[in-house]
Amino acid sequence: MRYEAPHTLDQAVALLAGAQGEARVLAGGTDLLVQMKTEIIAPDLLVDIKHIAELREIKEESGAFRIGAAVTGAELKENAKLKSMWPGLVEAANLIGSTQIQGRASMGGNLCNGSPAADSVPALIAAGAKASVVGPGGRREVPVEDVMIGPRRLSLAKGEIVASFLLPAKPARTGDAYLRFIPRTEMDIAVVGCGICLTLDGSGTCTSARVALGAVAPRPLLVAPAAAALVGSKIDEAALAKLEKAARAACQPIDDKRGTREYRIEVAGVIARRAALIALERARQA
Amino acid sequence: MAKHHIETTINGDPVEFLCETEDTLLDVLRDGLGLTGTKEGCATGDCGACSVTVNGRLVCSCLVLAVESRGARIETIEGMARGEELHPLQRKFLEHAALQCGICTPGFLVAAKSLLERKPNPTETEVRYWLAGNLCRCTGYDKIVRAVLDAAAEMRGIQPKTAGASH
Repeated sequence: MRYEAPHTLDQAVALLAGAQGEARVLAGGTDLLVQMKTEIIAPDLLVDIKHIAELREIKEESGAFRIGAAVTGAELKENAKLKSMWPGLVEAANLIGSTQIQGRASMGGNLCNGSPAADSVPALIAAGAKASVVGPGGRREVPVEDVMIGPRRLSLAKGEIVASFLLPAKPARTGDAYLRFIPRTEMDIAVVGCGICLTLDGSGTCTSARVALGAVAPRPLLVAPAAAALVGSKIDEAALAKLEKAARAACQPIDDKRGTREYRIEVAGVIARRAALIALERARQA
Repeated sequence: MAKHHIETTINGDPVEFLCETEDTLLDVLRDGLGLTGTKEGCATGDCGACSVTVNGRLVCSCLVLAVESRGARIETIEGMARGEELHPLQRKFLEHAALQCGICTPGFLVAAKSLLERKPNPTETEVRYWLAGNLCRCTGYDKIVRAVLDAAAEMRGIQPKTAGASH
């Protein structure tokens, strides 16, 4: 197995595009090294992207944030401005694993690992984040909901890397939240996850919303009918009931050791309602 | 393929080693450098027994490739005591009997030290969440949490409460 640690994106792309055999991108390695150790994968080339500046930085660009794909959960949490602007996203990223995992794990890795239960992905989708994908054909900005297309399957071509995430400038009276259900308080994988971002007008009416669900389908879902349930309302009981119904209707979950299909569908409604109420409170205070 | 030649700083000392791409930092610490205080539990990042800090960041050394540590500053359990003088956390773990078999203990100590460097006055809840990635199958955690809180108090210069029954 070859290891390369390029200092530029161009070098990283060239290495991946020209690779014979299986090539993998190494960021925090918290999924990759486990998969190598348990012989799920046996790459011939590892491209460590942590020496590339764009992938390690959090930058503010006129109200918008660009977050490097290899920025760790711990680094996200330590950025006070980002945390106050996008608390739901930072909380979601920090639900992944332990303190030790947070020291290494990144949102780029969480997305590109291709798990339907990835915690940061519904939060990124709710926030309207775009993935900045760089490859042999140049750079393209892809809505995060279009990156993962199924379990362990991404819409990236050979040689393409998710370099960073662009969070749009946040309108006034906007709040985000991410909640997941796990049967314990820490160190587990989501049975259901829900990210919600909503914007209110001066009178407290919801003018726009994005609702994303994780772990209830082969890929994280952006659920437009769930968002439509909130828009135009004051997030009252009727709107929340509609949200629950729409969230449940979007679920196509599997039965597995973490929960049955029926249970996941039921919980999706509950988690969506609770996430909406947290996002509402944050929007009122923003 | 030729081995990688890596230069690092471990517990303040410059250290060079050779490693294969597949070798984890844990492999090199234990098998290459004889620093066996760092333990291997699960080898998949779940148990925290292999906790070390790399450039001040708490990580599982089983989930770091040795080749990634080029130029890094690594701290292990071996760097915790100053000669014969135990770190307050080590002393408090003994006083509170916060260990039985001891396999998880180096990881807990390294993780707790990392917490107290960031947060000298943590709440019990903060201690429990910070240490959630360190598993102990002997103690039930209460004694560990008490030892960390007591060490934190001592390190802040507060007179520690007498532990256990008075006599």
